[in-house]
Amino acid sequence: MASKAKTKSIISDEVMISMDNVNKWYGSFHVLRDINLTVNKGERIVICGPSGSGKSTLIRCLNRLEEHQAGTINVQGIEINNDLKNIDEIRRDVGMVFQHFNLFPHLTILENCTLAPIWVRKMPKADAEEIAMKYLTRVKIPEQAHKYPGQLSGGQQQRVAIARSLCMEPKLMLFDEPTSALDPEMIKEVLDTMVQLAEDGMSMICVTHEMGFARKVANRVIFMDEGQIVEQNEPEAFFNNPQSDRTKLFLSQILDH
Amino acid sequence: MATPKKQDYAFVRKEDAPLLPPPPSQAGITGWLWQNIFASMADYSSISASIRSGLVAFLSVCILYFGGMQIYGLLDFAIFSAVWSDPDGIKREACWTVDQGGALPSGWHGACWPFVMAKHKFIMYGPYPSEELWRVNLIGLIGLVGLGWVLVERLPYRKQAGAALLTLYPLLAFILLTGGNSEASFGNVSLWLIIGLGIISVGRMGKRGFLGTTFAEFSGLIGFTGWVFVIFNAVRGMAAVDFGLEPIDTRDWGGLLITLVVAITGIVASLPLGIILALGRRSEMPVARLLSTIFIEFWRGIPLITVLFMASVMLPLFMPEGVNFDNLLRALIGVMLFSAAYMAEVIRGGLQAIDKGQYEGAQAMGLSYWQTMRLVILPQALTHVIPGIVNTFIGLFKDTTLVSIVGIFDLLGAGQSAISDAAWSTPVQALTMYIYIALLFFVFCFGMSRYSIYMENKLSKSRSH
Repeated sequence: MASKAKTKSIISDEVMISMDNVNKWYGSFHVLRDINLTVNKGERIVICGPSGSGKSTLIRCLNRLEEHQAGTINVQGIEINNDLKNIDEIRRDVGMVFQHFNLFPHLTILENCTLAPIWVRKMPKADAEEIAMKYLTRVKIPEQAHKYPGQLSGGQQQRVAIARSLCMEPKLMLFDEPTSALDPEMIKEVLDTMVQLAEDGMSMICVTHEMGFARKVANRVIFMDEGQIVEQNEPEAFFNNPQSDRTKLFLSQILDH
Repeated sequence: MATPKKQDYAFVRKEDAPLLPPPPSQAGITGWLWQNIFASMADYSSISASIRSGLVAFLSVCILYFGGMQIYGLLDFAIFSAVWSDPDGIKREACWTVDQGGALPSGWHGACWPFVMAKHKFIMYGPYPSEELWRVNLIGLIGLVGLGWVLVERLPYRKQAGAALLTLYPLLAFILLTGGNSEASFGNVSLWLIIGLGIISVGRMGKRGFLGTTFAEFSGLIGFTGWVFVIFNAVRGMAAVDFGLEPIDTRDWGGLLITLVVAITGIVASLPLGIILALGRRSEMPVARLLSTIFIEFWRGIPLITVLFMASVMLPLFMPEGVNFDNLLRALIGVMLFSAAYMAEVIRGGLQAIDKGQYEGAQAMGLSYWQTMRLVILPQALTHVIPGIVNTFIGLFKDTTLVSIVGIFDLLGAGQSAISDAAWSTPVQALTMYIYIALLFFVFCFGMSRYSIYMENKLSKSRSH
């Protein structure tokens, strides 16, 4: 990640996500506090912060893996509420990549990738396989299509997970610590895939501790602590000139070693 | 201790150590024998080790001797000393010793197979009329072919064969075995059919959202109930049609036929019922969870024999006058619900083993609850618990012998009834019959066990890590 070459900015004015005064509790624990966030189409946002700060919870609220109790979340103009139809519609357009990949071990790589297109998008099997091979090629593992997830390395599995999400042709990708469960030598291959995705103009929200990736790809970095957004800024300013003491402390802890 | 000096441990390998064949104790038949048998009795290096080795050797010989005796005794009784034929048609006298008035030497002890052969039809079919046996044989043959088709993986159209085996086959079996002609008035059946169709359309309307959102959530359940009505009454209607077959009351069924009917119905019904109950018990809907839990705990809390007694003795007392369910049908439903409760708990165990991430992965891609379950969760959960499922199947198969308590002649009941035939009365009559019945049970249970092991191996191979 030495290269500082910024990916070209193609951020439009179209609002993709708006969160207004979002609050969430786990029991009596206030896990998200007064979150206000607007994300435009084409933005690449990195969310960082100490563990337990609510980063994952925040992005999991965006596709209703977690339920928020107060405030409103709009994704592509659709409000996330108890209406199952809205949730289905949003999930169709929002892809998610998890820390532990969450591939389906009983299906081959190809079947993992075609499952949702066939059953959710009602796509014919042949078309779904064609799309799956296209994205598997893009993440550089088309030759593994007929293997099972358990036969692949962690990095390969995570790339499959990215391809699987892309097969639904989402308008937004959420990454929940995609490299945290990987061996060090496999992190790069996953980050490279994500960089390429960003260069292709995908809107992304990444929870990650890969600060090199944030510098290279993000157009905005958000720092969270104790369930709140503490600071957000462009990466250059964020890293070189943090304003909040908590941000400074956090950055000193993760960068100085 | 002195710290090692660098010149003591610094080392660079110049040539590879040679690759040698394993010592005899590690390979081949001798190696196997050594590792598995003799290694434990060959250590005489100290007094205590010698005592231990000697004891192991002594016990091994003892176990070998007594085990061999048992096996030889069984083989001798069932094969070497057995009477195989009764050419003169003298029945019991063919298996009598000189002391009893027969021709066999005094002290003879062996199986009397002519007895089993003579009773074979009864053990297989019970008192089912002889001229109608082709119906049972035909349905058995179709079942065997169908099952073989589904289980052997190289054949085409396996899914279709399986679907036919689960839908058309029970209907065909029902009509062929009972002969149809049941008493059901056309008006009654069509009334219930119309009610069923009505319920289905209410479910459909609910699903489309015409009846409010709370209603929409239960539309699936309502539609399902409607389909149960329709299918049940369609079968009733079919059963009432005259196919030109002579109706045969289930009281005239018996033997292996009954055992297979009860066991297969129980096995086939308990799996889907168990899945629904297990999902219900893990559901987030309190009502579904409560109902499933009550159902499971109720059926698990009472012995099968109580269920059968209740079904055949108590239930008719509560029924209104004139309503009369078939005795076998009542026992069948009892066995079905009973095994469903056990199956549900086995499957719940499998569901609990599935990582939360699997649900999230499926949901994040937009799969619905039922799609998630059917495509992602259940295939994995069921694979995990194949041993438990087959265990329940085998237990169920053997538990069917309990129906003989309510006057249904299953395999064991038919065998016992055959034993009481004085025309074959010999000292070895009962033993011979029990060996035969045990063998029949063993064949079925062992078959299920082997197939489950084959499935486990196959599935674990294709998903190997």
